[in-house]
Amino acid sequence: MKIKQSMGEKTFDVFNILLLVIMSLVAVLPLLHVVAGAFSSNNAIIQSRVSFWPVEPTLQQFKYVAANDAFWKAGWMTVKVVVIATAINMLLTVVGSYPLSKLYLRGRKAIMLFIIFTLVFQAPLIPTYLVVKELHMINTIWALIVPGAISAFNMILCITFFRSLPEELFDAAKVDGMSDYRIVWQIVVPLSKPIMVTLLLFYAVGHWNSYFAPLLYINDRYLQTLQMYIYFLIAAGSSNDIAAAVAGDTGGKLLPKALEMATIVLATAPIVVIYPFLQKHFVKGATLGSVKE
Amino acid sequence: MNNKTLEAASVQVKKPFSNRKRKTGELSFFQFVKKNNALYIMLIPVFIYFITFKYVPLLGSVIAFKDYNIFDGFLKSKWVGFQWFKLMYTNPEYARLIKNTLLISLYQIVFSFPAPIILACLLNEVRNMGFKRWVQTVLYLPHFLSWTLVYGLAYMMLSVQSGLVNGMIEGLGGHAFDFLQSPSAFRSVVVSAGIWKEMGWSTIIFLAALSGINPSLYEAAKIDGAGRWKQFQNVTFPGILPAITILLLLKIGNVMDVGFEQVYIFLSPITYEVGEILDTYAYRLGIMNGQFSMTTAIGLFKSVIGFVLLVGANKISKSTTGESLY
Repeated sequence: MKIKQSMGEKTFDVFNILLLVIMSLVAVLPLLHVVAGAFSSNNAIIQSRVSFWPVEPTLQQFKYVAANDAFWKAGWMTVKVVVIATAINMLLTVVGSYPLSKLYLRGRKAIMLFIIFTLVFQAPLIPTYLVVKELHMINTIWALIVPGAISAFNMILCITFFRSLPEELFDAAKVDGMSDYRIVWQIVVPLSKPIMVTLLLFYAVGHWNSYFAPLLYINDRYLQTLQMYIYFLIAAGSSNDIAAAVAGDTGGKLLPKALEMATIVLATAPIVVIYPFLQKHFVKGATLGSVKE
Repeated sequence: MNNKTLEAASVQVKKPFSNRKRKTGELSFFQFVKKNNALYIMLIPVFIYFITFKYVPLLGSVIAFKDYNIFDGFLKSKWVGFQWFKLMYTNPEYARLIKNTLLISLYQIVFSFPAPIILACLLNEVRNMGFKRWVQTVLYLPHFLSWTLVYGLAYMMLSVQSGLVNGMIEGLGGHAFDFLQSPSAFRSVVVSAGIWKEMGWSTIIFLAALSGINPSLYEAAKIDGAGRWKQFQNVTFPGILPAITILLLLKIGNVMDVGFEQVYIFLSPITYEVGEILDTYAYRLGIMNGQFSMTTAIGLFKSVIGFVLLVGANKISKSTTGESLY
């Protein structure tokens, strides 16, 4: 059975597709512009001849950024934070979620309430800062890791997933004399790959992108993360400090703007490169979250 | 074979280990904990974390009623009652901060909130699945860029010296406009950047709601001769209305939280007048100038307003649409 489309509906389809194409372009064009600029010559950038394709292609600004110690230091700091923090996140979230997925756990309701309460009443900024300060974590890498060691929201996602695992499996494992610790490690984790991947990505991207935590807890230049580095480079007005220092090395031959573009491209590349492969895991996690809401 | 033994085992085990149906009172709480100590040991880090980083700071909010100084600490600092709140009430500076916060929030509710709903509905009408997936992939991407990078992109597009947009305006014979340093454009730029970053990603929830609509409703509408617009009015929109209501309620509860990272990165001394919100002010006053008590009072004020609005909006929604959060 084929229903004929009216004229109006046909025009709607055309406009709809056109509109979506325009929106997609708006989403990618700024990125394309920066990539194009990062690969263009300084002359072309000064004369505003760069739009979405490199003009007079060159790698010179990448060479200077790549030779900049501060950039690599910030990058290495970020990698350390992402790896250590995500590992701790995963360990604590999984280990903490397992007992709470057991409906027979005595006191389960009270403990769940204890966790959900913190989602409704957020910890205030200054007292949290003071706690971190009391623990002597200010200006250490731990300030970027420990205060965010568990996300209550991600933990609830994890508990929901664990509850869908068949209880008979655990009963059988117990008969075989397996301890709860071994059950988590050898049964729960291997059976929960989808949620593991999703949580891993949420946590890791969150740490990679955060600039509030370092802004708050770190004021040592040598402990800067990549986001802080970019913040100071472009937004904080002191931009020209770093750019000028770099440009100084180059004898003033390079435009700060060209260097900024190259830095943005290098800092964005990891996310943009892995994103298409992992998109479906992200989406799955977001959908899980929406079901919960 | 394996499965069978497993099943057999589980059947046999049902009696002693049958966890879900255990009658309470079989074991005392203490005996239960002793028997399942591993489960409670696993929860120890969770307790330590939430108490240290969530509950202690919450209790620490009392410094909003004290004159906190580092030497006396949480407990010994002098009580000052509502002094800081009074200051907020009398100082015109705060009226401006609250106005800025509420205005940006209003912009977000009017523009940022409906954007993903409209986009999700448009995507829903696309018949070509390949095209739809392609558009989704592209539109989700900005969500994964940090605010510093989004600012970097905005700067490259909008700056007055060499921004692409200003280049185009000048090319068309207009005058360059400093989008990033003009008080008149600040709120629009910040909110637009937010839409650019999150619009695509926020469609996911609505697309999930859309896919939950029973297809037979569309069939029935078609048989009744409803065109696509009629179908949208009578099937699609009512189908996602519950999701819209719930998210709107949550947004109203967070009306004072417009996003520190988003606003702070765009702020500069020139735009403080229109762009300084409670959060950014609290950061500058508290962390940079050490006025801990005043800043905590601001935070507490925000939470109380948010909580009152949430409860109020929830009540209104419950009585008008029947949807509610709890």
